[in-house]
Amino acid sequence: MELEKLRHGTELIKRGFAKMQKGGVIMDVTTPEQARIAEEAGAVAVMALQAVPADIRKAGGVARMADPQIIADIIDTVTIPVMAKARIGHFVEAEILQALGVDMVDESEVLTPADHKYHIEKTDFTVPFVCGARNLGEALRRMNEGAAMIRTKGEAGTGDVSEAVKHMKQIQGEIRALKGMTREEMVRIAREIEAPFELVLETAQMQRLPVVNFAAGGVATPADAALMMRLGADGVFVGSGIFKAEIPEKMAIAIVEAVNNYDNPEVLAKISKGIGAGMKGISVDTIPQDQVLQTRGW
Amino acid sequence: MLIGVIAIQGDVSEHVDALIRALEERGQSADIVTIKHKGIVPGCDALILPGGESTTLGRLLIREGIADEIRQLHLSGKPIMGTCAGLILLAKEGDEQVKKTHQHLLGIMDTTVNRNAFGRQRESFETELELPFLNSPYTAVFIRAPGIVGCGKDVTVLAKMDGKVIAAEQGNILALAFHPELTFDTRVHQYFLNKLF
Repeated sequence: MELEKLRHGTELIKRGFAKMQKGGVIMDVTTPEQARIAEEAGAVAVMALQAVPADIRKAGGVARMADPQIIADIIDTVTIPVMAKARIGHFVEAEILQALGVDMVDESEVLTPADHKYHIEKTDFTVPFVCGARNLGEALRRMNEGAAMIRTKGEAGTGDVSEAVKHMKQIQGEIRALKGMTREEMVRIAREIEAPFELVLETAQMQRLPVVNFAAGGVATPADAALMMRLGADGVFVGSGIFKAEIPEKMAIAIVEAVNNYDNPEVLAKISKGIGAGMKGISVDTIPQDQVLQTRGW
Repeated sequence: MLIGVIAIQGDVSEHVDALIRALEERGQSADIVTIKHKGIVPGCDALILPGGESTTLGRLLIREGIADEIRQLHLSGKPIMGTCAGLILLAKEGDEQVKKTHQHLLGIMDTTVNRNAFGRQRESFETELELPFLNSPYTAVFIRAPGIVGCGKDVTVLAKMDGKVIAAEQGNILALAFHPELTFDTRVHQYFLNKLF
């Protein structure tokens, strides 16, 4: 067979990777043992971290990329894709993660931003990126920088799903509003939400985000995961919700099954029984303004 | 005609769209059903296992009771196509990577697979291939792609790359290491539909 040149890191390859994750659950893990539990439960990928968001929140201080040793150990342990977080704007952390062989980088507001003006120029990378968003403008700006996948920001480490719900409804509502708009109206919207017109147009035509859109930030129970799927998420990130639960093994399996059965309340009732308590969590209204994570990034 | 697409996880809508395009081009019609639970596979005339994470797909096919239905469908001779993760699930044997995660395989194709034969995501690629069974160059998309490293005597090798089989068939089963559903070229879906019509 004649072999032509191989093209790596193209938009098709990066967005294609995200498409393979659809309908799945991506779980935060901090040790190889937790990664194994996640894989065994049926996670489509794991997010390798130094600490889960709930602990990052508690610890305070500056949160950075995880220790490369932890990430490398997790990569060696599981066969499913391994993702890891880089600080907003910290392109060197992202380069290190790419060098480690991480399958997707999350440029994440859960870590302390390294640049208060610019996000990472993600088109320069071979590895695909996922980024958080609270509204359509933010989602399309991240895509314009090269993000291959979007997740709602929610409010990480709280176990309170309300912000994830708010952000998912916000994005979907803005997409619905584009329906039937004229070109000039869309030009105006693009200016208002500070997003490129071409991406606004593409979103309007597709009536969905042009890349895979997961829910994240506060998902703590099978019912939460199913709720986000019902609201139109392509899949779910679960951060602290698994390994801060009373019985992580059971919670992990239950959330995976809930995502596959999100539209069947009877099955969801069965799945949700006898799995122990979910993470304790904190209500979003009680978080002091300076500890809110979702407002990081722009 | 009813064509099923396993929809537990992965790029399901892309396969559905590719099928719709391919059927339109042929001027033929068929119903397409996405399958997340048991009870639907037995009514299908053809079945597609999409790309996704094979570990997840394998576990849920068992938990949902779909795996046995697929084996039965195969025994009745119905066409089945697996792309990427689907190619892994169809196989009889896996490599070390597959074994260490106790991955569930359907075992209906006499093949041994290497789970990430073409590396991790950073090694993923698209390229033009000469695929004899499609008789002209074809842009193939490989994402953390598997490869077939061993074939039984009933398996026909359709294409190879770097010494690994990337397209093969066994009777009415078609397995591909790449993703025909991610491009607008419908020739692979056409090739599969030829088995049905």
